[in-house]
Amino acid sequence: MSVFIIIALIILVFIIIYQIGKASEYAVVLRGEEKVKAQANSAIAILLVVMFLLGMWGIWECHEIFKDRLLPIAACKTGENYDAMFKYTIIVTGIVFFATQFVLFYFCFLYQDKGNKRTTFFFAHSNKLEVIWTTIPAIAMAILVAIGLRNWYDVTSVAPAEATVVEIVGKQFNWLVRYPGKDKELGKRDFRKIDDAKNVLGLDWSDPHNMDDIISQNGELHVVVNKPVKLLIMSRDVIHDVGLPHFRMKMDAVPGITTTMWFTPTITTEEMKQITHNPDFVYEIACDQLCGKGHYSMRGTIIVQSQADYDKWLASQQTYYAANNPSAVPVAPASPAADTTKPKKDSVKLLTSN
Amino acid sequence: MNNEAINIGGSLVAHGADSSAGHHDHEHHEQHFIWKYVFSQDHKIISKQFLITGITWAIIGALMSVFFRLQLGFPDSTFPIMEKFLGDWAKGGKLTPEFYYALVTMHGTILVFFVLTAGLSGTFANLLIPLQVGARDMASPFMNMLSYWFFFAASILMFVSLFVETGPASGGWTTYPPLSALKEASLGSGVGMDLWLLSMSLFVVSSLLGGLNYIATVLNMRTAGMTMTRLPLTIWALFFTAVLGVLSFPVLFSGLVLLIFDRNFGTSFYLSEIFIGGKALPHVGGSAILYQHLFWFLGHPEVYIIMLPGMGMASEVLSTHSRKPIFGYFAMIISLVGITLLAFLVWAHHMFVTGMSPFLGSIFVLLTLLIAVPSAVKVFNWLTTIWRGNIRFNPPMLFALGFVSLFISGGLTGIFLGNSALDIHLHDTYFVVAHFHIVMGVSAFFGMFAGVYHWFPKMYGRFMNNTLGYIHFFITFAGAYLIFWPMHYEGIAGMPRRYYDYSAWESFKHFQGVNAFISIVATIVFFTQLVFVFNFFMSIFRGRKVTNPNPWGSTTLEWTTPINPGHGNWPGAIPEVHRWPYDYKDDGHGGDFIPQTEPLRDGEEAH
Repeated sequence: MSVFIIIALIILVFIIIYQIGKASEYAVVLRGEEKVKAQANSAIAILLVVMFLLGMWGIWECHEIFKDRLLPIAACKTGENYDAMFKYTIIVTGIVFFATQFVLFYFCFLYQDKGNKRTTFFFAHSNKLEVIWTTIPAIAMAILVAIGLRNWYDVTSVAPAEATVVEIVGKQFNWLVRYPGKDKELGKRDFRKIDDAKNVLGLDWSDPHNMDDIISQNGELHVVVNKPVKLLIMSRDVIHDVGLPHFRMKMDAVPGITTTMWFTPTITTEEMKQITHNPDFVYEIACDQLCGKGHYSMRGTIIVQSQADYDKWLASQQTYYAANNPSAVPVAPASPAADTTKPKKDSVKLLTSN
Repeated sequence: MNNEAINIGGSLVAHGADSSAGHHDHEHHEQHFIWKYVFSQDHKIISKQFLITGITWAIIGALMSVFFRLQLGFPDSTFPIMEKFLGDWAKGGKLTPEFYYALVTMHGTILVFFVLTAGLSGTFANLLIPLQVGARDMASPFMNMLSYWFFFAASILMFVSLFVETGPASGGWTTYPPLSALKEASLGSGVGMDLWLLSMSLFVVSSLLGGLNYIATVLNMRTAGMTMTRLPLTIWALFFTAVLGVLSFPVLFSGLVLLIFDRNFGTSFYLSEIFIGGKALPHVGGSAILYQHLFWFLGHPEVYIIMLPGMGMASEVLSTHSRKPIFGYFAMIISLVGITLLAFLVWAHHMFVTGMSPFLGSIFVLLTLLIAVPSAVKVFNWLTTIWRGNIRFNPPMLFALGFVSLFISGGLTGIFLGNSALDIHLHDTYFVVAHFHIVMGVSAFFGMFAGVYHWFPKMYGRFMNNTLGYIHFFITFAGAYLIFWPMHYEGIAGMPRRYYDYSAWESFKHFQGVNAFISIVATIVFFTQLVFVFNFFMSIFRGRKVTNPNPWGSTTLEWTTPINPGHGNWPGAIPEVHRWPYDYKDDGHGGDFIPQTEPLRDGEEAH
């Protein structure tokens, strides 16, 4: 029933609209075409000016509403450069925006047809003007490109040798993070060895470097403040993307290809909670490449912490091998520091016995 | 002359001449309804077919956006009305994530390809090229008819894909593999994706048949005196649009064919080292990035395929309705050439974060920002065109002015995204959504609306209603900014696009209020578009009749035809052209324009 009422209402609205349209046509007939046209023309010219003013007010309001929610606080050095560059680009484009929109609406008002058959100014071309407004944008663009490329090469440069290497692998629909463990080497992986229950990343157990690797499956990436971290980014299935709004970074995770990015976090998560006055603050990893139905929930987090906290956290972690082969690890979990070295030997034994 | 012309028009056409007088709908010659209105070879009928199919698709595509905007704006609410439309996909009035992505994908595909490519250049290239260059019809009316019917077949397949059990394609309008290649990866990668690929392949065929025809017609069928430098800018723009399509659509086609192979025949062009659905796939050695190169080699020119017709029509409309010549005719052509060339050299700016070589990235930054130069030239020329004009604010002019305003706003944000160092944060956020919706979505639509309101009298011999046109313009113009302006802020904060729900995200959940606001405005604007649709169809039958064959006082050739031209366009000889198309100046008898057919007066300088 309600559907019929809605349909009836919609039809009614269209009939009303139609009548409005018709009425205006009759008005033209009754009052003379020229007169109506002239009146409509000046009314619309005024309306356009009103639109422009409302638009400017709206931009101001938007700025007031959003000024605290624009770029999140940059938590790394390249992020600060990013914000500076963003500001320059806003200034350049902002000047052009306001100038051209103002001119557009001002001309509309100034040169409206008043019905007095004024002859227009026949002005078909001017090479001088064309040269001016070709050169100025070209110079402005050159400057922006120069700033951009400096930052771009900065961001994409080779990571410093002391950078901590961490592997982050996307899968539908979460992030797997692998730390190299004591030996600081990530072991070999093979996608054919992946097993969702026992070997989520397909670690090759014949590579001893794998024995001490730690895999975090809750999407938490722990990094040390003021120490560069280099991410090796991969995907198990479809294309994902490691998006880090607070670090102004983004890089695709492509199956079959390893991509990288590096950055140096400068603010710990705890400090950030105080800066933002948000006790729930957390650095988030957002998947930025459509990857299927759970794309919107493919969330990871980054915990930026001091070296001491990091070491403490790392020591509390079990190696992936130990976690999945409890029988092969005789050492009680009470001494986690020891079990990172021990299972290495055991695992070799286990593999040879297989 | 008549018979000669009719032969050009194809053997099915009867008398081109007798339709000059009399009513369009009730011509009394022997042509059957089917050949006249359905399998027609008349470019004017084909253009109307493209337009009406485009309008139908636009309503469907826009309605989809209303549905997913409801989800985005009100993730905690249910809308039982959606269940009426979408059935189990919106059980209880709430979209499933799968179908949310399917809607987003289809919205993009439909609007980009079916509406703003076929609906826009299909309509106006067909209508305007023969009329404005002075030809009886296209170079090959038969191919032209095929172009529409291939598009129609593509439309049918795409429409069918909406009803398959696993839903239509849902990997985004770009359909990146492996997501689109593997049935295990998402529901939409099943039959829906096969239909998408088939439909798009037919679409490419349609586009090529049309494009080759447009190019051939512009190059070969211009009337006496119509040199290339006397062509209206609409024709230049449509010509370059066709060139872009002809050179880039085949590349998309090859990309799609490889994807079909990967999906069905076990090849590994795009697939490598994948573990999905609990097992490792045998594919090794392919590159998912290859598809992106092939896709964006079309995908970027595609945005200019969408923009150029609007630019051409805005140039024409701005000049006509401000009673002034277009400023910098040659600069306009050169900037079109520049945009066309650069359009082929910037595709990888969509791929800055795919891990491509930073050096290669920097080349694409340079080339991308170069496009700002010809674009800026065009804007300044438009502004100078209305300077000291006599502006008549009728609906086509308002939409052309709106086009310029939106083109500026949307173009400027491209400077952020084209610069890889800024893109690295803004990539795939709402900033991108805002940018391309303003510049190639709304702005291109405004160009299209300007064209429809301006050439409606030529198409149907009637006017569209002005008052409804004004209502349509002001609400759409304000609405476009209200919808897309706030999205920039969301994007600057890093809010990713293509998310079903943001409430679990600490960094983005505070934009909920903004999202609700955007959704409300989007719904209002959707209904406002129905006012246009209503106006369009009512005016075909009930609109005020055109009495003056040249109602806008325009200089170009289409207004020298009868009010309701028959097949063949001119009842007598095709007029000869003596001057450029923008002589809006004193004609010596109190008029303010001189048609192209008027010979130069004594002592008058050619442009």
